[in-house]
Amino acid sequence: MFADAMTFIETATRRPPRELTTGTAVPFEVLTEVAPTRGQGSALSIRGLVKTFDQEPVIKGLDLDIPAGQFVAVVGKSGCGKSTLLRLILGLETPTSGSIEGVGATGGTARFIFQEPRLLPWATVADNVAVGLGRSGSRTSRRKAALKALSEVGLDGRGDAWPAVLSGGQRQRVALARALVSHPRLLALDEPLGALDALTRISMQGLVERVWQDQGFTAILVTHDVSEAIALADRVLLIDNGRIALDLAVDLPRPRRRGTPAFAALEKTVLDTLFGFEGGEAI
Amino acid sequence: MKRLGPLAGWILPAAILVIWEFLSRIGFIPENVLPAPSAVAAAFWRVLVSGELAQNISVSFWRASMGFLIGGSIGFLFGLANGLSRFSETLTDTTLQMVRNVPHLALIPLVILWFGIDESAKLFLVALGVFFPIYINTLHGIRTVDPQLVEMGRTYGMNNWDLFRRVILPGALPSIFVGLRFGLGIMWLTLIVAETISASSGIGYMAMQAREFMMTDVVVLSIIIYALLGKLADAVARLLERYTLAWNPAFQSR
Ligand SMILES: Nc1ncnc2c1ncn2[C@@H]1O[C@H](COP(=O)(O)OP(=O)(O)O)[C@@H](O)[C@H]1O
Ligand SMILES: [Mg+2]
Repeated sequence: MFADAMTFIETATRRPPRELTTGTAVPFEVLTEVAPTRGQGSALSIRGLVKTFDQEPVIKGLDLDIPAGQFVAVVGKSGCGKSTLLRLILGLETPTSGSIEGVGATGGTARFIFQEPRLLPWATVADNVAVGLGRSGSRTSRRKAALKALSEVGLDGRGDAWPAVLSGGQRQRVALARALVSHPRLLALDEPLGALDALTRISMQGLVERVWQDQGFTAILVTHDVSEAIALADRVLLIDNGRIALDLAVDLPRPRRRGTPAFAALEKTVLDTLFGFEGGEAI
Repeated sequence: MKRLGPLAGWILPAAILVIWEFLSRIGFIPENVLPAPSAVAAAFWRVLVSGELAQNISVSFWRASMGFLIGGSIGFLFGLANGLSRFSETLTDTTLQMVRNVPHLALIPLVILWFGIDESAKLFLVALGVFFPIYINTLHGIRTVDPQLVEMGRTYGMNNWDLFRRVILPGALPSIFVGLRFGLGIMWLTLIVAETISASSGIGYMAMQAREFMMTDVVVLSIIIYALLGKLADAVARLLERYTLAWNPAFQSR
C-alpha cells in the first residue's frame, strides 16, 4: 500500500504541469472509438439553482461556473447539500428551479463515483468495469477496454476475480475504472475515499489526480477532508446554508506537498470559514 | 478416525443396518412390524424386475415435476410482478397472503370433490403447495436487492430490462433458491399424502397396495424411495445453487 503511494509520488513528479486549455468539442462516440489518452472535459454553468425537499430548501439559489477540465472540490458540513448538488448536476435529481447547463448539452458522458464501490457481486471485475460502457461494443472490444481501464488503475490481471476477494481500496479502484472506461467528460465523486484507511486513501488520491491529468475530464469531488480537497483541487468550494460560502482558488504547483506553509495557509482559510459558522464548534 | 475421511459418516448407518438385520434374523423384530433389510432388498429386486417400480416411480416423478413446474412458475411470476410493481402488489398480495393461511393439505376433501382422484387433483395440490414458498421468497429476494446497486445501474444508463437481468434477478437469486428448496420439500410431502389417500398408481399407491396384502417389505421400500427422491431433488437444487451463486463467498472453495 505504502509502496503504491511512493510509486505515485514518483510518477507524478515526472509529469509536466497540467495546462487548463479548452479545445474544440469532440463527440463522445469518437472518443470511445479512438480511445485517446486525453479527452475533453465539459464546462458547467449553474444559474439560480434551488432544490427543495418537502418544503425544506436544501440548495437556495446557487450560481456556479466550472471551466472545462477543472478539478473542483466541494466541502461543507454534513447535510449541507453537497450530495444533492452532485446529484442535481448529474441529473439524478431535478432542480426545483434554476438551470444547469453543460453536462447534457455537450453530448459527453458524466459519471458518478459513490462513497461505496457499488460493484455487482455476481459479475467479475472486468464485467463490472464493462458496465461503464453501457451497451456499446462487441464482447471482445468491451473486455479489452475494461482490462485497459483496470490496468490504468493498477489492477492488472484481476479482471477475472470476483469483487468479494478484493480489498476495500481495490474495489474502489474497480469503481474508478468503471467510471473512466467510457472516457467521461465529467466525473463526480461523492466522498469516494471516506471509507478507506489513511494509507490507501493517500494512494487513491494520487491515482485520482493522475487519471484526471491523463484524461482531462472535469472533476467535482465532494469530501469532508479539507487537506484532501487542497491536495487535489484547482478550486475549493465551501457550501453553507444552501449557498457557496467560500470559493477558493488553489494555485499550488502539482504534485502538492502537505505541510508546506502555502498548503497550511489555504487549509486554515477553509477551516476558519467552516468553524466561523458554528462560532468555534467543530464540524 | 481421520484416515476414514468422508466414509466416517457412513459407519453408524451401516452398523444400524447390520444390527437391524441381526435382530430380524433372530426373530426379535417380527416381520409384520419391520422387515429385515435383506427382505427390503429382495422386495426391491422383485418390483424392479416386474417393472412395477419403474412404472410407479415415473408416474410419481411426473406428478411431482409437473406440479412443481406449474406451481413454481406461477409463484415465481407473481413474486416477480409483486416485487417489481407496487400496483400489482396492492392488487394481489393481501389475497395471496390470506390463501396462504389455509393449509393446502386441508383442501384434500374439497379437491377430491372437484377433481375426483384424477391426475389433476394431485397436480393441483402439489402446485398449490409449491406456489407459496416460491412466491414469498422471490418477492422477498426482489424487495431486498441493494437499492444502491439499482441506483448505480440507473446512473450507468441501464434500461429496465438490463437492470432486471443484471442487477435485480441476480440479487434476488439466493432468496429464490431458498424458496426453491422449500418448494421441493413441500412437493414430495404433498405428493406422498395425495398418493397415499387417493391414487391408482405411483409410489404412494404401491405402498398402500402392499399394506392391504401385509407386504411390509414393499411399504418400507416405498418410504426409502421417497426419501431418496427427496434427497435427489435437494442435491440437484444445491448443485444448481453452487453453480449460479459461484460469486458468493459462501459457495466458494467447496
Ligand atoms: N431524496 C431526499 N428526500 C428528502 N430529503 C432529502 C433527500 N435527499 C437529501 N435530503 C436532505 O437534504 C439535505 C442535504 O442532504 P445531502 O445532500 O445528502 O447532504 P451532504 O451530502 O452534504 O451531507 C439533508 O438534510 C437531507 O436530509
Ligand atoms: Mg453526502
